[in-house]
Amino acid sequence: MKQVFKRPECLIDVPFHFCPGCHHGLVHRLVAEAIDEFQLREKTIIAASVGCSVFMYDYFDVDVVESPHGRAPAVATGVKRARPDAFVFTYQGDGDLAAIGTSEIIHTANRGEKVTVFFVNNTIYGMTGGQMAPTTMIDQISTTTPYGRDPEEAGYPLHMAELLAMLPGTAYSARVAVNSVKNLMQAKKATKRAVQTQLDRAGFSFVEYLSACPTNWKMSTEAANRRVQEELIPCFPLGVFKDRRAGQGEDPKRAKE
Amino acid sequence: MNEKHKKALVKGNDAVAMGAIEAGCRFYFGYPITPQNEIPEYMAAHLSDGRGTFIQAESEIASINMLLGASATGARAMTSSSSPGISLKQEGLSYMAGSEIPGVVVNMSRSGPGLGGISPSQGDYFQATRGGGHGDYRVFVLAPDSVQECYDLTMLAFDMAEKYRNPVLILGDAMLGQMKESLDPKTYRPTGTFDKSWILTGAKARPGRFLKSLYLDDGELTEHNWKLYRKYLKMREDVRYEALWLEDAELVVVAFGSMARVLKSSVDMAREEGLKVGLIRPITLYPFPEVFIRGTSRHIRHFLVMELNTGQMVEDVKLSAEPGARVDFFGLPPGMLPAPDVLLGEIKKVYPSAASAPKERS
Repeated sequence: MKQVFKRPECLIDVPFHFCPGCHHGLVHRLVAEAIDEFQLREKTIIAASVGCSVFMYDYFDVDVVESPHGRAPAVATGVKRARPDAFVFTYQGDGDLAAIGTSEIIHTANRGEKVTVFFVNNTIYGMTGGQMAPTTMIDQISTTTPYGRDPEEAGYPLHMAELLAMLPGTAYSARVAVNSVKNLMQAKKATKRAVQTQLDRAGFSFVEYLSACPTNWKMSTEAANRRVQEELIPCFPLGVFKDRRAGQGEDPKRAKE
Repeated sequence: MNEKHKKALVKGNDAVAMGAIEAGCRFYFGYPITPQNEIPEYMAAHLSDGRGTFIQAESEIASINMLLGASATGARAMTSSSSPGISLKQEGLSYMAGSEIPGVVVNMSRSGPGLGGISPSQGDYFQATRGGGHGDYRVFVLAPDSVQECYDLTMLAFDMAEKYRNPVLILGDAMLGQMKESLDPKTYRPTGTFDKSWILTGAKARPGRFLKSLYLDDGELTEHNWKLYRKYLKMREDVRYEALWLEDAELVVVAFGSMARVLKSSVDMAREEGLKVGLIRPITLYPFPEVFIRGTSRHIRHFLVMELNTGQMVEDVKLSAEPGARVDFFGLPPGMLPAPDVLLGEIKKVYPSAASAPKERS
């Protein structure tokens, strides 16, 4: 009988530590499947980040270097420049990437580094207990916006996939969700496309995954999944914002003119 | 002698860059700041066009993390900056020390606090020798006092970084970085062979490796810190210092870097006048030559520490010297570099040392 489903080979056989209903496990799996499908386990070097995703080395049987908070894209830059044949990616949360690491992510994309960034946006700081993230939605309640995010005081949610798509160094930028089978299929496609972009040395590649954090949203897993559909997706539209080889976005050489 | 190894008149900053390339450094990450700009400019000229990687990063923070990434793969890599930029690098240095990732960092220091100024200063001694960032760690610190040493010690820095799997800091200052001297650009000869079994290459036919500083299980972090501590103790085998005119000395002047350089002239002048003055110049600031200073203090009971700050290394000399030895201090905060005769005047203020009890002097 043909086997149609199994644990990805690059994942170590241990249970994830993530809370029930957390989407990190799904995104880990998508990334692991892509590593397997492109046969990259022996070429992969991960720059891990700080937050709930810090334990990459407990789950992925590949080489991993830990980065300071927000700095993973700079670490990945150093790794990739020294090992141009390696498959190098970061896996970062919204606080890590879009707050403390804003400078590193923008400049890494703008240099067109041949690295891939998997960005988990659950609109909240998970590891530290549910504080406002740069991606927290208007009126969303967090422990540091107890009356809801007021843009007069706390500004607006950052739209990283669109922002990075504007940069000439970015070859691929997409936003996906993993809250339904249909969205998961799209997410898998985007993940593979981002990997292929790096393998083709086309430029910087980026996938943003809208994700649920039931624990810090203080919701059941079902309600959290619904919230992704009903609140997150309207605020953060899904789609491919740039795929250079598909003819979208500018050519970096022409951007100079 | 081929062209490459011909003697030349070179700036200290260029000598650092030349030493790095000679030692096999092919990855440089930096951000502009005075007075060290010749280093990134030299590296840009010599590592572009496929000869290596030069990145002008968006910040000193990004630079140190690019260094962390490149070094994690086993490559010889370097970043350089000056005091305010080195403050920004401290987070990365702490992570590198914690994850045991080597790397060479140059601080052609300027004066602080804050934006301070661009004049020579030794105000970063504490930051350099006490770790500098968060956590209980140390970096190996080399302090050149000439253009030749800027070159030689940079080559050594790469060896020490790999030997100890630890960041190595070269602490110079505006004077050393900007002055020109004759340089003999010697051929690099490694001081040993270094273990590379930990580097990240992609897990080809082996399990994944990781470099990390996060330890959450019971007792794990305690053991990790003890392991680092044992490594810092072992660094003592590579302690370096210069000792001059100690045989009959009654007073030993202790200074490092550019201050020691000026003092060599002052001590020379003192000797010409018949004053029995010696000089100890720590070359490694961490590990500090405490054993040598302790031994010296058993027969020479009087030290005068001179620094371009209000008193930092003097603490290490006091901790090193035997109880009862007298340790005087003369410090100059940033803003001016003293002339040799000024320092000679300061030496005479505490000499002769019979004066261990100065009030008895008539």
